[in-house]
Amino acid sequence: MISLEGLTKRYGEKVAVNNLTFEVRPGIVTGFLGPNGAGKSTTMRMILGLDHPTSGDVRIEGRHYAELRDPLKSIGALLDATANHGGRSAYHHLLCLAQSNGLPERRVHEVLDIVGLTAVAKKKAKGFSMGMGQRLGIAAALLGDPRILMFDEPVNGLDPEGIHWIRTLMQRLASEGRTVFVSSHLMSEMALTAEHLIVIGQGRLLSDLSMADFIRQNSRSYVRVRTPERERFLDVLRSAGLTAMETGDVLELDGVAAEQIGELAARHGLVLHELSPQQASLEEAFMRLTAESVEYHAHSGPAADEQAPWGAGWKKG
Amino acid sequence: MTTTQQIPDQAPRTPSYVSPIPIGRTHLGHALASEWTKIRSVRSTLWTLGVFLALVVLIGCMMAGLVGADTYLNTPYTMPAFFGLLLGQMCLVSLGVLVVSSEYGTGMIRTTFTASPQRHRVLAAKILVFFAVAFVTAAVAIAAVGLYAQLTVGARTNVNWVPTVFKGALYVSLLGVLALAVGSMMRHSAGAITTMLGVLLVPAIMPAFLLFNDGLVDIAQFMSDYNAISALSLIFEGDRSTGTGGPQIALLATLTVLACAGAFAVQANRDV
Repeated sequence: MISLEGLTKRYGEKVAVNNLTFEVRPGIVTGFLGPNGAGKSTTMRMILGLDHPTSGDVRIEGRHYAELRDPLKSIGALLDATANHGGRSAYHHLLCLAQSNGLPERRVHEVLDIVGLTAVAKKKAKGFSMGMGQRLGIAAALLGDPRILMFDEPVNGLDPEGIHWIRTLMQRLASEGRTVFVSSHLMSEMALTAEHLIVIGQGRLLSDLSMADFIRQNSRSYVRVRTPERERFLDVLRSAGLTAMETGDVLELDGVAAEQIGELAARHGLVLHELSPQQASLEEAFMRLTAESVEYHAHSGPAADEQAPWGAGWKKG
Repeated sequence: MTTTQQIPDQAPRTPSYVSPIPIGRTHLGHALASEWTKIRSVRSTLWTLGVFLALVVLIGCMMAGLVGADTYLNTPYTMPAFFGLLLGQMCLVSLGVLVVSSEYGTGMIRTTFTASPQRHRVLAAKILVFFAVAFVTAAVAIAAVGLYAQLTVGARTNVNWVPTVFKGALYVSLLGVLALAVGSMMRHSAGAITTMLGVLLVPAIMPAFLLFNDGLVDIAQFMSDYNAISALSLIFEGDRSTGTGGPQIALLATLTVLACAGAFAVQANRDV
């Protein structure tokens, strides 16, 4: 169990993490989602006592991180796959961590085996690919067989096989009754692994819901229509009290069933070329939710429909 | 990607995971074991200590033959080690800085502090392990030069050279610990090594400039008496009229303790 209480981190004028309050419960995978620069890593560093909060509090099983008697057995974390000395072998990297917590040396071999790095245990970490570095970081997190696991963007740099492996691993760890807290900027990744979802944007809590509730509340369903008799169709809609969103030659109608539109068109003898119920993806739902808080917008290309114009977030700041 | 997420039921689960690994309180012993593994598992330790040994022993043995046999009547047999130590001290200073700054440079420090949130314990273990390694290495090198000189030169001496082994090793090891503390405060290898070069050389060079100003003569005299080169030469000269380096060692020890106190204070509340 990780509990955050009004956690805030300021760097001068800039608020990186703004009054976050939530709990991460055991037994499930909790996703921590936000666009780049939303404050996910800063929050995780504060949970681990690496950064000190400007105000607010964060506790691990009721204690501050620095008060933990057996840190690696309480919580294991993968923050940054390159957070090791490149000149040290994978074995020695894990050994020095194990020794610092009084863990037996055989545990080093066990975790090397779990992440599949036994063959390169004596090799220097600087020769590792990003995926191997990620596995070494995960091995370090698993070293103390901890009750809480925290992974910052664990699928970065992993190949498809590795991504499948880490998903299965996180779900297995959670099913054993551990607390699993995993950050990502990819909604699609979270949808596959997380059972509970915490979304932040510009350091603020945007949503704290079970994945089921998040989907229910955020996925927008609409009806997509194409017709050669566009003007007449719009008139008919207007007289029926419906409004359509026009995107190119396609019309999108919110909050109405496809059947209703079909019957309406038939009554007025309108020709339709397309009538299809649509469900916006979770990715779109996430983008809509965080649109106002995205810090770095790309300049090129037309912005997505739901996205606020470039720089809109600044005015809010 | 659409909404086909499977939601497991909310049935009661195991409240929390219990590991089969026994739980024990971590203590300084664990931190010492960890730091010993760290220092022996990187190439930079082998290089800096290897170069140190080579410089002190080779230059020492070479100088032992060049110094006239009469010199040893009033000078300890370890005196030739002084020449190698002048260069070799830079190796210990570099290693001292690297022991801690390499962790900040690579990001390893975050992993270290996650595993051991008692930051003061980590720094204490680093200091103790580094000091032990540096002291033993320096003592071995100086003793080797002393033995070589005694066996090859074969002249008679009135000076007991054993204390110079301890004093010389202590002095250069303290320099290394000072470098470690500076490295911990500055976090950057290059900056910390440059700072330490300044600490070693500026007091040896400045007196030449300060002597032109009457008001600064006292400072100039102090610098020329207490700089690292003078200190080492006093330790190995064995000329009792000018002292045997006791006050110089005391000054360095005080500086080192102050720098360590600063390092402990700075790292306690730092974001890493």
